[in-house]
Amino acid sequence: MPFSLSIAVVALPLLMFLVLGLLDDRLGRRAAGVLGTLSMLVVTVMAYGVSLTYFFGTGQGQIIDGVRQTVTVWNPVWLSFTDTLVVRMGVAIDPIAAMMLIVITTVSLMVHLYSLGYMSNHEGEPEKGYQRYYAFLGLFTFSMLGLVVATNLFQIFIFFEMVGVSSYLLIGFYYHLPAAVHASKKAFIVTRLADLFFLLGIMIMSFYTGTFDFDALVGTGGAAAHTALGTAHTALGTAHGATFMGLSVMGWALTFIFIGGAGKSAMYPLHIWLPDAMEGPTPVSALIHAATMVVAGVYLVAKLFPLYVIEQGAMDIIAVTGAFTAFYAAAVACVQSDIKRALAFSTISQIAFMMTSLAVSSASGELIEIHGDYGLGYMASMFHLFTHAMFKALLFLCAGAIIHAVGSNENSMMHGLHKHMPITSIAFLIGCLAIAGIPPFAGFWSKDEILVACYHKGLGWGLWMSMVAGLTAFYMFRTYLLIFFWSEHKQHGHHAPADAPWTMTLPLIILSCISIVAGFVPAHKLVTFDGEPLHTSLDWTVAGSSVAIALIGIGLAFKLYYKENDAPARMKAAATGLWTAAYKRFYMDELYQFITHKIIFQCVSKPIAWFDRKVIDGAMNLMGTVTQYCASAVRPLQAGKIQGYVMTYLIGALVLAVALIVCVLV
Amino acid sequence: MDYSQFLMMPQEMGLLAVFLLVFLYDTFMPERSQRGLPLFTAIIFGIYTVLSLFVCCTAGTAFGGMFETNGATWAIKAILAAGTFIVLLQAAKWTNSEFVSVRRGEFYELLLLTLFGMYLMVSARHFLLFVIGLETASLPIAALAAFEKRYYESHEAAAKYIFTAVFSSAIFLMGISFVYGLSGSLYFNDIAMAVAGEPSALLIVAIAFVIAGVGFKLSLVPFHLWTADVYQGAPTAVTAYLSVVSKGAAAFSFLIVLVQVFGAAYSDVWEWMLYALIVLTITIGNLFAMRQRNLKRFLAFSSISQAGYIMLGVIAVNAVGMASLMYYVLVYVFSNLAAFGVIAAIERVSGKTTIDDYNGLFKTNPWLAFTMMLAMFSLGGIPPFAGFFSKFFIFVGACQQGSVAIYVLVFIALLNTIISLYYYLLVVKAMFISQDDCVVPAFKSVCTERVALVLCTLGIVFLGIVSCFYTRLSDISVTSFPGL
Repeated sequence: MPFSLSIAVVALPLLMFLVLGLLDDRLGRRAAGVLGTLSMLVVTVMAYGVSLTYFFGTGQGQIIDGVRQTVTVWNPVWLSFTDTLVVRMGVAIDPIAAMMLIVITTVSLMVHLYSLGYMSNHEGEPEKGYQRYYAFLGLFTFSMLGLVVATNLFQIFIFFEMVGVSSYLLIGFYYHLPAAVHASKKAFIVTRLADLFFLLGIMIMSFYTGTFDFDALVGTGGAAAHTALGTAHTALGTAHGATFMGLSVMGWALTFIFIGGAGKSAMYPLHIWLPDAMEGPTPVSALIHAATMVVAGVYLVAKLFPLYVIEQGAMDIIAVTGAFTAFYAAAVACVQSDIKRALAFSTISQIAFMMTSLAVSSASGELIEIHGDYGLGYMASMFHLFTHAMFKALLFLCAGAIIHAVGSNENSMMHGLHKHMPITSIAFLIGCLAIAGIPPFAGFWSKDEILVACYHKGLGWGLWMSMVAGLTAFYMFRTYLLIFFWSEHKQHGHHAPADAPWTMTLPLIILSCISIVAGFVPAHKLVTFDGEPLHTSLDWTVAGSSVAIALIGIGLAFKLYYKENDAPARMKAAATGLWTAAYKRFYMDELYQFITHKIIFQCVSKPIAWFDRKVIDGAMNLMGTVTQYCASAVRPLQAGKIQGYVMTYLIGALVLAVALIVCVLV
Repeated sequence: MDYSQFLMMPQEMGLLAVFLLVFLYDTFMPERSQRGLPLFTAIIFGIYTVLSLFVCCTAGTAFGGMFETNGATWAIKAILAAGTFIVLLQAAKWTNSEFVSVRRGEFYELLLLTLFGMYLMVSARHFLLFVIGLETASLPIAALAAFEKRYYESHEAAAKYIFTAVFSSAIFLMGISFVYGLSGSLYFNDIAMAVAGEPSALLIVAIAFVIAGVGFKLSLVPFHLWTADVYQGAPTAVTAYLSVVSKGAAAFSFLIVLVQVFGAAYSDVWEWMLYALIVLTITIGNLFAMRQRNLKRFLAFSSISQAGYIMLGVIAVNAVGMASLMYYVLVYVFSNLAAFGVIAAIERVSGKTTIDDYNGLFKTNPWLAFTMMLAMFSLGGIPPFAGFFSKFFIFVGACQQGSVAIYVLVFIALLNTIISLYYYLLVVKAMFISQDDCVVPAFKSVCTERVALVLCTLGIVFLGIVSCFYTRLSDISVTSFPGL
C-alpha cells in the first residue's frame, strides 16, 4: 500500500469526530455506534496496510542498504517564525510510528466494538450521550495518531495537548457525577502543568538548535550505526558548553521535555491523576489510560532518544524516576481493593518499566554494547509498549465486563466469578500470565529484554527491576484470584452475573489471542533506534531467573488468595501502618493537597487575589465612576439647537488656529 | 482633448455606467417591474464591485495633474464600493416599503452619485476638483436623510445636515482661498512647494479651516455635533452609508490633503491640531456613547470615537499608517454594517431601536443576536475578530512615528478602548443575559438582508485571521506613496 494512505488514517477519525459531533442527536444511537466502529475498521485496515508495507515491503524507500529509513509522507510549512525556524505539520513514518499505528488502531477498534455493548445501557437505562461518546473517541484517536506521525516537536506538542483535551472530555463523560468531574479536572491540570515544562523545553531547544524537526535533531535513521547519534551531536553542537546550575542547557531542555512526557505517562510524582482518571467509562480507561495516551511520554523520549544518550544527565533522571515509579506503583497496587485502581497502578508500574528500559541503554554519553548490539533497551522498551498495550487493554476490557456484570468496582463485591463468567475469567488469566511474564505469553518476551538491558547497565538495576517484576506477578494474581475465586459469589444485584454479549466478548477473545502470540513478533529486527536490526537471542540466565521470580510471586498469591482464609487479614494487622500507607498511595494526594491548599493558595493566591480585588478592580471602578461623571458633565454640549452646533464648530476651528499660532509663532 | 485620459479612471467610469443603467431602468421600465429595481441595482453594483477588484490599475495622472490614480486610491475605492454594495443589499427591502417606494429610484441614483463624489475626493490632486467631489458627496446626503418624508425626525436630520454642511463648506473654502492667496495655485504639489518655508499665521488659520472642513465629514469633535441627530433621524440605510462609506472616503482624502499639501514643512502644525482633535474625538465620542439608549444614536457616537482611531493612521505619517488606515476602514465597513444590518432588520419588523428593546433577543432571534455580538466584539477590538487586528495595526503605525507624545496618544486611545468595551458589551449583555417580557418576536429576515449579514460576518471573522489583506494593503501603500 502507498504510504500516502497514512494521511487518510489520521484524517478519517477527525472526520468521524466532526460528523458524529455535529449530527449528535440527529443520528440514531445505534447508527452512531456502528458508523464510528465501521470507520474505525477502515482506519485499522489502512493503518495495518501502511505499517506492514513499511516493515515488510520494499520499493518505497523504507529500507536503504539494510537500514530502515524514516519516510516523510507529507510535511508542509504551517507557521514560519523566521526563515530557518518553521513549524511544519506533517506525517512521517519511522519504526516506532508504524508500530504505534498498529497499537492505536487495534486497541481503538476493539474499544469501539466493545463500547457498542458496554455503553448501550447504564443501570438499566439507555446511556445518554452515546453519540457524543463516539465523537470523542474519534477525536482522541485522531489526536493520538497525529501525535505518533508527527514530524517535529511542535506538532507533537499540539497533539499532546489535544490528547489531553480528549482525555479530559472522556474522563468527565459522566459529567453529572462529581467524582468524574473532579477527576477530569485533576487529570487536565496535572498534565497541563507538566506540558508547561514540555513547552519550556521545546523553546530552549529550538532557541539553541534553531529547529523543531526530528530530521535535523536526531536524523532519519542513518546509513552507519551511529548516524542518528551523529546528527544529534551536530544538532547539539551549538548548545554544548552552555551550562546552567551544573547541567548543560540542552540537559535542562531535555529534562523539561521529559517532565512533559512524565505528566502524560504518569511518572512519580506526576502520577496522581491516573488512578482518579478511572472514573471515566472503562473502555476509555482501556484505550486512553492503559494502552495509548499514557505511553505518549515514553514515545516522546524514544523519539528524542539519541539526544538523551548524549545528555547523560537527563537520561539519569529518567532512569531513577522510572525505576522508583515502577516499584512505588507496584507496591501500591498490592493492596488496592478497587480493581480499576489496581490496574491503573499496574499501568503506572509497567510504563515505568518502559521508561527505565529506555534510560538504561546508555552510560556516560555512550550506548552500552550488548553482544555487539547497541540500544537493546530502546528496542525492549518499544516492544514492551506494544505487548503491554495489548494485554493491558485486554485486562481493562475484562474489568469492564466484570463491572458491567456486578455493578461495582470493589473486589469484595466480586469473589468467585469464575463459574459465572468463564470466558472473561480465562481472558483475564491470559492477561495476568502475560503481564507476569510467563512464557510463551507476550509479556515474557518483552520484559525479558528489558531485564537483560537492565543487567547490562548494572547488577543493582537488574536486581531491582527483577524484584518489581516479581511484585507484578504477585499483585496481578492477587487481583485475579480475589475476583474469580476466594469464595463463592454472593449475589448483590437482581440477576446472576454472566458473560457479556458478543460485542463485548469478541474483543476479549481477539485481544487474548494477540496477547498469546504478540511475543513472537520479531521486534528486534523491526523497531530499533538506528534502523538496523539487532542480533539478540534469548538470554536464558535472565529469562530463567525472571520466570522463577514470577512463579514465586504467583505461588505466593495462590497461597494467600485462592481460598478464603485469614492470612491476608493477619498480615494486614501485623503491618497496619505500612498497609494503610500503601492503600493511601503513600499519601501523595494528601501531600499535593497540602502544597496546593496550604502553601500555594495561602501564600501566593490570596495576596494576588487581594491585589486583584482591591487594587486592580478598584482602579477600574474609579475609572468607571470618573468616566460616568464626565459623561454627564459634557451632556449639555449636545443640546439639539443647531445654532449651538455651529457656534461650537466655529469656536473649535478658531481655537485650533489661535492655539497653534501662539505655540508656533510666539 | 486627449480622451484616453478617461482610461485613467476606470472605476469612476464603471460607476457612472452603473448609475446610467439604474437611471434608465428607473425611467423607462414599466411600473410593474419597478419593484425589481433594488435587486437590479444590487446585482449590477455587485458585478461592478467584483470587476473593479480585477481592474488593471495603471498609476498616473490625468487632466493636467488634477486627477491621480494609483494602487492606494484603487484599494480605497474598492473598499468603498464593497461597503456600498452591502448597504444596497440592506436597503433593498426598505426601499420597496410602502411610503418609500415611489421615490426608490432617486434613492439609488443619489446614493451612487455621492459615491462618485467620494471617488473624486479620493483621487483629487487639485482643490477645485476636491471641492466638487466633497460637495457631490455631501449635498445629496441631505436629500437621502430626508427620505422618510412622513417622519419629523427625518426632516430635522436633513435640515441639520445641510445647514452644518454648508457652514463647513464655507469655512473650508475660506481656508482654501487663504491657501490660494499665499501660494497662487490650487494644485496640491504646487502649494506644497510654494508654502514650504517659514510658517505664517495666515497659513495656520488656513490649515485649521481645512481640517475643520474635512473634520465635519469625519465628525471629529468639536465638528461632530450634527452627527447624533442626523444618524438618529435619517433612515437606517442612509445612516449606515453615512457612518461607513462617507467616513472612509473622508479619512483617506484627509490623509492625502494633509500629507501632500501641508506635508513635511508644516507637519508640526497640523499634527498638533490633529493630536488635540484625536484626543477629544475618541474621549468625547466614548463618553457620549456610554449614555445612549437609542442604538442609532449610540452607533453615531461610537462611530465618532472610531473616527478618532482612524485618524491615528493619519498622524503616523508613514506607510504603515496609511496601510493600517485603509485596513481599519475595510474592517470598520464590515463591522459597522453588520451592526446596522441587524438594527435595520429589527427596525423594519418591529420599529424598535433602543437597547432595552434588544433584551432577550438571543432567545427569539439567535442568529441576529450572534451577528450583532460579532459586530460589537469587532468594534470593541476583541481578538480574534478583525477589529482587534485593525486596532493593533493602527497603533503599531502610530507608534512607529516614535515621539513620546505619540506614545501618550496611543496610551489614551488604549484607555478609551477599555471604556468602549463597556458600552459595546452592554449591547451584548442586553441580547444574551437580560430578560424582558416584550421581546422582539422571532422573524425571518429577507434574503438580501441575510446575504449582507453573512458577508459582514465573513468579513469580521476572516479579515483578521487571513493575513493577506493587510499585507496586500501594506505593499500597495508602500508602492503608491514611496515618499511616506
